[in-house]
Amino acid sequence: MKLSRTARLGGLALAGSLALVACGSDNNSSSDSSSTSGAAASGSSSAAALSGSLDGEGSTAQKNAIDEAIATFTQNNPNAKVSYNATGSGAGIKSFNGGQVDWAGSDSALKTDPGDGGAASETDAAKQRCSGNDAWNLPLVAGPISVGYNVQGVDKLVLTPSVIAQIFLGKITTWNDPAIAKLNSGATLPSTKISVFYRSDESGTTENFEKYLAGAAPADFTAKPSKVWAGKTGQGAAKSAGVAQGVKSTDGGVGYVEWSNAKDNKLGVAQVDNGGGAVELSAESAGKAVEAAQPAGQGNDLRLKLDHATKTPGVYPIVLVTYEIVCSKGLAADKTALLKGFLKYVAQADTQKGLADIGYATLPDAVLSKVNTAIDAIS
Amino acid sequence: MSSTTGRSEIDASPSGDLAGSTRRIGDRVFAGLSVGSGAFVVVVIAAVAIFLLVRAVPSLAHNQADFLTSRVWNPGGASPAFGIADLLWVTVISSIVAMVVAVPISIGVALFLTEYVPARLARPFAAAIDLLAAVPSIVYGLWGAYVVLDYLDSVQTWIGDAFGWIPVFSGPGIPNSIFAGSVILSIMILPIVTALSREVFAQTPAAHKEAALALGATRWEVVRTAVLPFGRPGVISASMLGLGRALGETIAVLFIINVVRGDFSWSLFTGGETFASRIARDAGEFDTPEKTGAYIAAGLVLFLLTFAVNAVARVVIERRKAFTE
Repeated sequence: MKLSRTARLGGLALAGSLALVACGSDNNSSSDSSSTSGAAASGSSSAAALSGSLDGEGSTAQKNAIDEAIATFTQNNPNAKVSYNATGSGAGIKSFNGGQVDWAGSDSALKTDPGDGGAASETDAAKQRCSGNDAWNLPLVAGPISVGYNVQGVDKLVLTPSVIAQIFLGKITTWNDPAIAKLNSGATLPSTKISVFYRSDESGTTENFEKYLAGAAPADFTAKPSKVWAGKTGQGAAKSAGVAQGVKSTDGGVGYVEWSNAKDNKLGVAQVDNGGGAVELSAESAGKAVEAAQPAGQGNDLRLKLDHATKTPGVYPIVLVTYEIVCSKGLAADKTALLKGFLKYVAQADTQKGLADIGYATLPDAVLSKVNTAIDAIS
Repeated sequence: MSSTTGRSEIDASPSGDLAGSTRRIGDRVFAGLSVGSGAFVVVVIAAVAIFLLVRAVPSLAHNQADFLTSRVWNPGGASPAFGIADLLWVTVISSIVAMVVAVPISIGVALFLTEYVPARLARPFAAAIDLLAAVPSIVYGLWGAYVVLDYLDSVQTWIGDAFGWIPVFSGPGIPNSIFAGSVILSIMILPIVTALSREVFAQTPAAHKEAALALGATRWEVVRTAVLPFGRPGVISASMLGLGRALGETIAVLFIINVVRGDFSWSLFTGGETFASRIARDAGEFDTPEKTGAYIAAGLVLFLLTFAVNAVARVVIERRKAFTE
């Protein structure tokens, strides 16, 4: 499959370069044949297929999902070129507001409060970039954050938000602490020291994990959520891969990582009990958290406010929702068509199900229908 | 007399003219090119320094903490507060430890290659050392983080048990420690220091060595009395080049050394961040000019640090040179 795509791209490039040669040369047999082959190549794609190029930039958390979607999307639309540069949410928003990219991926919706030093807020800057039209935050990719652990002999671990906060802040220091034992009756917990791993780089994962702790265990976690981990215990490792690697190589290790990292490294994933019973992390249970979220934006601006303290049974509450930030209006017509086509593709139920295989939540139909309405309204 | 002067005038004027005319074109172009290249380097360095200063100063002006002594790092927000004390300490100590490990080994390897090994083996050995220098630092980083760390941990535990009473070796440590990073750094700078030292040792005048042998010196005494004193300035400048690489190394440090917050510790067995690794770590989230400026200010300190190291090296080399000659 990959081969055929490469071959097709190669063929396209060849036809394109031949066509360019044809432009410069006089009538001769070779130019005739190459121009016909070029015409044949463009004619082979169906009329409905989209073409053009589209550039996105931003969050690393949604990189794998977007890359996967791009790969399958461009298979169906061989003349379209979509690229996504995962440079970080901040950088993505900056490039979007600067007009360098067509859409941005971000771990958090555009900020509405003024920037540092009295600069325009991200929302206002984005509005300016969209020629005075609103920019919308569309939740399209949601990634569960897992509490990954490595404790010998413990296959199933249930934690409450309060206990998670105490572990990560260094107030609970051994795995057989009564607070953990109480939640896991029947499990044999060793007296191993808890080694906490956190993200040393600034990260939306950290911010969302802290938002969860601040929302669900406000008595234990009092710091203001930010991209920098607030705790003083444990070790900071670079990127999710570093945290997962640290937990994996340390008996008694625990860390918060994107679900895919926990799966890839075969870490134990803690079940979370917000008060409505222990919930195992799955694409569906995490997707329900997005469904339960309150809309915080107006109209088609679908920024969400997650209910971290939710006690609804079956909802895995630690979820990072990433947004696609797009102009509601004001993009060039050909780009708009391609952007809408691509976003609709990501918002399909089938695509979302595919994302579950690589560690993302499956967004429920209720959320997807809202997103689709918003995408349709882009002009 | 007159005939002599006449002949010399005749000789001098045509040859002088000829030399002048050929020199004018080739020489001028070459002189222009080399002056241009020299000026280019100076301009680039000046431009870097000016860029760093211009971007750093506004952030430093808003800084709520003492830039040099503070340990906090919150460069964003309305009231940024950031200081480089931790970064400076980790950068310097990790590089020093790397030097302590690498330089003696490098000198040993260089002496082995120039004085001890049979000539036909020296070449492949030297090539192998040069090959180490060509390995990209990301490869060292991955190798260090995923392979070497497991072995270093036991070394570290052993040192901690035996010498734990010395503050720099005090525990409890973590596997991804400054020490582990330093060891990888030492492997990275080993080939640079070795290659240059080897070149210098090979230049030792045969007369010096033969004189020592004639006085009945053993091989080690020849090395000690002739080769090492002659090569000392070269070894020092080689070490400084290595130190420069160690100070600025980014990606391997980022991969290997974990961050540890909390109380300050002198221990090598704890984690930390260097200037370069912190800048690289957060580079994706430079969202405002003020915040970026804080990192640029840190970069400026690293720039000055390497400058200072080079200046000290210059002074040392000049003094040694006078002594040996």
